[in-house]
Amino acid sequence: MNAVELSGVSKIFNEGTPKQVDAVVDVSLTVQPGEFVSLIGPSGCGKSTLLRLIANLLEPTTGAIAVNGKSSAQARQDHDYGMAFQQAGLFDWRNVTKNIELPLELKGWEKAKRTDRAKQMLELVKLPEFAELYPWQLSGGMQQRVAIARALAAHPQLLLMDEPFGALDEMTREYMQGELLRICAETSTTVVFVTHSIPEAVYLSNRVVVMSPRPGRITKIVDVKLGVNRGEETRNAEEFFSGITAVREALRGTHADHVAANAVRGVEDR
Amino acid sequence: MISSVRRSAFRAGMFVLSLVLIAGLWEFYKFVGPQNGGQLFGMRILPRANSQAMPHVWDMLSRYGRPEMRGSDRKVWSVVLAGAWFSLRLSSAGFILGASIGVGLAVLMARYRVVERGLLPYLVLSQTVPLIALAPLVVSWGGKLQIFGFEWPRWLSAAVLGAFLAFFPVSVGTLKGLTSVPSSSLELMNSYAASWRQTLIKLRFPAAVPFMVPAFRLAASGSVIGVVVAEISTGLKGGIGRLVIEYAREATADPAKVFTAVFGAAALGLVMAAIVAAADVMLMRNRPKETTI
Amino acid sequence: MSTDSFASRVIPPAVFGVGFLSLWEGVVRVFDLKPYFLTPPSKIIVQFFTNFGPIREAATVSGKNALIGLIVGAVFGVLMSFTLSRFRFLSQLISPLAVALNAVPIFVLVAVLNNMFSITSEIPRRIMVTLVVYFIVLVNVAKGLTQVHSTHIELMRSYAASDSAILRKVRIPNAVPYLFTSLKIAAPVAVITAFVSEYFGGSQNGLGSRITSNIANSKNAAAWAYVFGACLLGLIFYSISIVLESAASRGGAATKKRN
Repeated sequence: MNAVELSGVSKIFNEGTPKQVDAVVDVSLTVQPGEFVSLIGPSGCGKSTLLRLIANLLEPTTGAIAVNGKSSAQARQDHDYGMAFQQAGLFDWRNVTKNIELPLELKGWEKAKRTDRAKQMLELVKLPEFAELYPWQLSGGMQQRVAIARALAAHPQLLLMDEPFGALDEMTREYMQGELLRICAETSTTVVFVTHSIPEAVYLSNRVVVMSPRPGRITKIVDVKLGVNRGEETRNAEEFFSGITAVREALRGTHADHVAANAVRGVEDR
Repeated sequence: MISSVRRSAFRAGMFVLSLVLIAGLWEFYKFVGPQNGGQLFGMRILPRANSQAMPHVWDMLSRYGRPEMRGSDRKVWSVVLAGAWFSLRLSSAGFILGASIGVGLAVLMARYRVVERGLLPYLVLSQTVPLIALAPLVVSWGGKLQIFGFEWPRWLSAAVLGAFLAFFPVSVGTLKGLTSVPSSSLELMNSYAASWRQTLIKLRFPAAVPFMVPAFRLAASGSVIGVVVAEISTGLKGGIGRLVIEYAREATADPAKVFTAVFGAAALGLVMAAIVAAADVMLMRNRPKETTI
Repeated sequence: MSTDSFASRVIPPAVFGVGFLSLWEGVVRVFDLKPYFLTPPSKIIVQFFTNFGPIREAATVSGKNALIGLIVGAVFGVLMSFTLSRFRFLSQLISPLAVALNAVPIFVLVAVLNNMFSITSEIPRRIMVTLVVYFIVLVNVAKGLTQVHSTHIELMRSYAASDSAILRKVRIPNAVPYLFTSLKIAAPVAVITAFVSEYFGGSQNGLGSRITSNIANSKNAAAWAYVFGACLLGLIFYSISIVLESAASRGGAATKKRN
């Protein structure tokens, strides 16, 4: 069974009005369980919209979305996925532990089970000493780690991430990428990851889905030949650079087309 | 932690100092000012500086220790204290009533956009209109109105007026707080398939607290104003407002007495504010120390 | 937002308003409520127009007190705010006092002021309004003069600008919106204070006194009409302050999204 299956999915905002936006057009994609797939493209290419379609935070205009073999709506009701955003979005009034417990509370878990699981997750993201602290007492990177712990608290099989490291500085970002890979390996989670950064997409993914802006389509899917065990030395590997080049070229293709049409903000090349 | 205690002590000290300076200015004017009032720029705007119109500060303070009326045993301070206590209880009742209704209405408005659109303009406008004008009407219900055999006591009018003035800032402020939640947090709750009620309790209400805190402060002073105005507009027996009016009438014979009641009313306001401020501190514990709105 | 059309913003309050008034009228008639409890809106409107002359006169008296106090208080508040922004110690001295005054029913001072002036003078009420407006304007404008972006100050310093140049080019423009905000708050407060001051005795020509005297004479419908007049007065003051504010502000403030 596929973790995520998109068939002919389109999302059109304000259909029929002069303000119509073809955010996503005719996207078909299959994600295998345990895979790490990135969505990359310039602003307005529909990658965040696509993520929210999978999350059932938006309904598709046409097409079908299946998560874990169920409809995306059912998957949301069953808490089959966890989500992380660019802003960690932790609740200021709850300490770290209680923030992680939030999805479990909503699922109706009893207190003892919740506290145990929260502790487990803190160990997973390597922040056990920070259990009683409040979000504003943590750095940006630590807040994101707590957000990831929260996203995985109910042990969902799917993790949806919308540029979670975008607000972090470069060093923290690279560290978090490594941590994310470790955590996902330990929990065998499938990940759909939206990013602006080519190196980040290549470092993390098995496949990189390159998208083009309005209308948002998949231009190309790049296979990353970096294998399963990735570490710091991976960033110097031949395949890493060839992967980056492949993705960049795919983006250039879309970029050139689009620049011809209208002005667009580009993708980071760092 | 220590520095915030020191800061509070400093501010309290400054407050006392400013009071001392005002007393000093008062005495200074008594010393240099015209005994029977005077003119400035052709208008009679200089007050009379004689001891009848402007008693000495120490006379005001010592008045507390002397009996309230000739032949009465009760000292002024005990009468003023009783009056202030009476009004404090009414203000608190008004505050709790008004704040509860305000919060309830805010939740209703947050839930149903159409209710917000219909009511909010009136709520905002009511804060600019002297609703206090209704005070004499509401107080006149006392002793005359009967609802299902329950006779409307006069003190209830004062509490209702206090509630009325407390209600508006709380409803507007709470609504603002309930609806100022970042989209990503709402998306998060959506991703957990949380119901509106769950989102209200776990997200909107806690997020609204920093907005409710200044609204509660306004409501506290509103409830005091409502109660005191109700008391003075028709002399509700037992409260500090009535004492102010009574003593003001005796001001020609006993000039210092009215000040005792005025200070009592001020103390009432300060105590109410202190209670609400303490509640505010409780509500905002564990929050980042950025200043509230 | 397309959903925030003119109709969607005007119709609900109109519906609620009409509904409320109808309910009021209906309840009074159906339950045959006594006039000393609630007067139906129909009677109030009639009384308002019947008594329009006296109402306007009384409103003028109260309104004049409010206006004079508003203007004088604002002027003094602005002047003092310059001093406050210049001498930090003064602001540290005055700010706790201003906070405390916000919490107390300061209008009881009218009882004292009445004693210090002649019995028929409107001066005590004007002084009361002045005092209240003064502190509101003072605190806000002082905030506007001192809470300036540090980057703006750094920029001016890098031009070796004098303190008075900084005052003129940075602080004062920064403080102007604060002034108008404070006027928006102070205008209704001025009306309310002018109003409430009339309950302490003294000349009986204003709206507040008229309301109490009408009630004392069991003319409740007339009293309601005076209340309505008072509300109109408050609205007029508030509208003027809004007009002033929009005239002074350049461009709209960004509105936060309602979630």
